Amino acid sequence: MSNNRVSRRQFLNYTLTGVGGFMAAGMLMPMVRFAIDPALQTKAEGQFIQTSQKIDEITDVPVKVDFTFEQVDAWYKSDVTEAAWVYRDGDTVIALSPVCKHLGCTVNWEGDSAHPNQFFCACHAGRYEKSGKNVAGTPPLGPLDEYEVSEKDGFLMLGKKIPNTLV
Amino acid sequence: MLNKIYDWVDERLDITPIWRDIADHEVPEHVNPAHHFSAFVYCFGGLTFFITVIQILSGMFLTMYYVPDVVNAWKSVYYLQNEVAFGEIVRGMHHWGASLVIVMMFLHTLRVFFTGSYKKPRELNWIVGVGIFCVMLGLGFTGYLLPWDMKAVFATKVGIQIAASVPFIGELIKILLAGDATILGAQTLTRFFAIHVFFLPAVLFALLAAHFIMIRRQGISGPL
Ligand code: HEM
Ligand code: FES
Repeated sequence: MSNNRVSRRQFLNYTLTGVGGFMAAGMLMPMVRFAIDPALQTKAEGQFIQTSQKIDEITDVPVKVDFTFEQVDAWYKSDVTEAAWVYRDGDTVIALSPVCKHLGCTVNWEGDSAHPNQFFCACHAGRYEKSGKNVAGTPPLGPLDEYEVSEKDGFLMLGKKIPNTLV
Repeated sequence: MLNKIYDWVDERLDITPIWRDIADHEVPEHVNPAHHFSAFVYCFGGLTFFITVIQILSGMFLTMYYVPDVVNAWKSVYYLQNEVAFGEIVRGMHHWGASLVIVMMFLHTLRVFFTGSYKKPRELNWIVGVGIFCVMLGLGFTGYLLPWDMKAVFATKVGIQIAASVPFIGELIKILLAGDATILGAQTLTRFFAIHVFFLPAVLFALLAAHFIMIRRQGISGPL
């Protein structure tokens, strides 16, 4: 215990600052938590989506496979069609996301005739090898994302997007 | 009549010193275009404010018809532009004003730079000015999404992608801007609307007040 006297002025300063702080926190906390909710939400993901691509028709040449799913965007539900570049590498089937890792345009397999055997992004001439590895010296800074892959009744199923595991 | 009303109020509230303190000050010769035509460069600050006022007024009126929802946003903009009387004009004021305000702000900044007006004792006002510059860019970025057409959505996609490339906190910034970890959609539009119409204008008012109070205190900088 210190034996400094607490003056009336100090006492009022401390209590009023304390009470005021509680009131301010009580007001701000709900609003801040409300605003940052999207960053703290965890989504139940990992559902596989059926495509119309037969597994045994997949070759080592990438083809674009469209698939449609119901997207729940807060209060707005809609059917969304996305695509994957799908090919066979030995025994495994590989599905790459077509979303360019530079600024999000859509990449095409052999989209530029000057660069065969590569994915090409027309927006800023970004290029990727077949594994999705970005070609150094072009704008993208990372490899194309991959889709989890599975099979049902001979048809390709696509799961969630994961970072590229091939490069 | 008006004079009588003024005198009646002034007698009770003594309002003359209030407006005199705000409005009654000298405009030095070197900033008056009537003396030296080249002094028109000193008008750009006022022009920036003038266009800001237009943005605020036209924006307030646009919200009478605009709906920040993915299903109806585009339709409401189409409606207010093509069906409402003078809709093309009011939207046009806001649309073209948004670019013009950036141009004026840039010219004003150039004037301050080349007259050296940012030097002591006006360093703080330069800093506040940089804050205003950032808020204006933020208003342009968030407003651009609101018509919810293809150009708006893809421009925002790219903009958010750029924000996401910030080291360490980029992903967090992206989610807080878009309102969702993967989707640019319903929650992005409502967030951008709230930021565009409430949050940034509030910050803008505070910064403008600080800007003008400082100018009033320090006066305009001297001739070159
Ligand atoms: C100085 C400040 C502001 C700037 C630079 C600005 C900028 C913009 C821009 C670039 C757009 C897109 C317009 C288009 O492409 O046609 C927009 C739309 C909009 N703004 Fe602002 N804005 C400002 C202030 C405000 C304020 C204060 C409000 C409301 C109180 C407001 C309400 C709106 C609304 C409702 C729209 C959507 C309607 C439309 O797209 O025509 N704005 N703004
Ligand atoms: S978005 Fe693909 S290269 Fe820029």
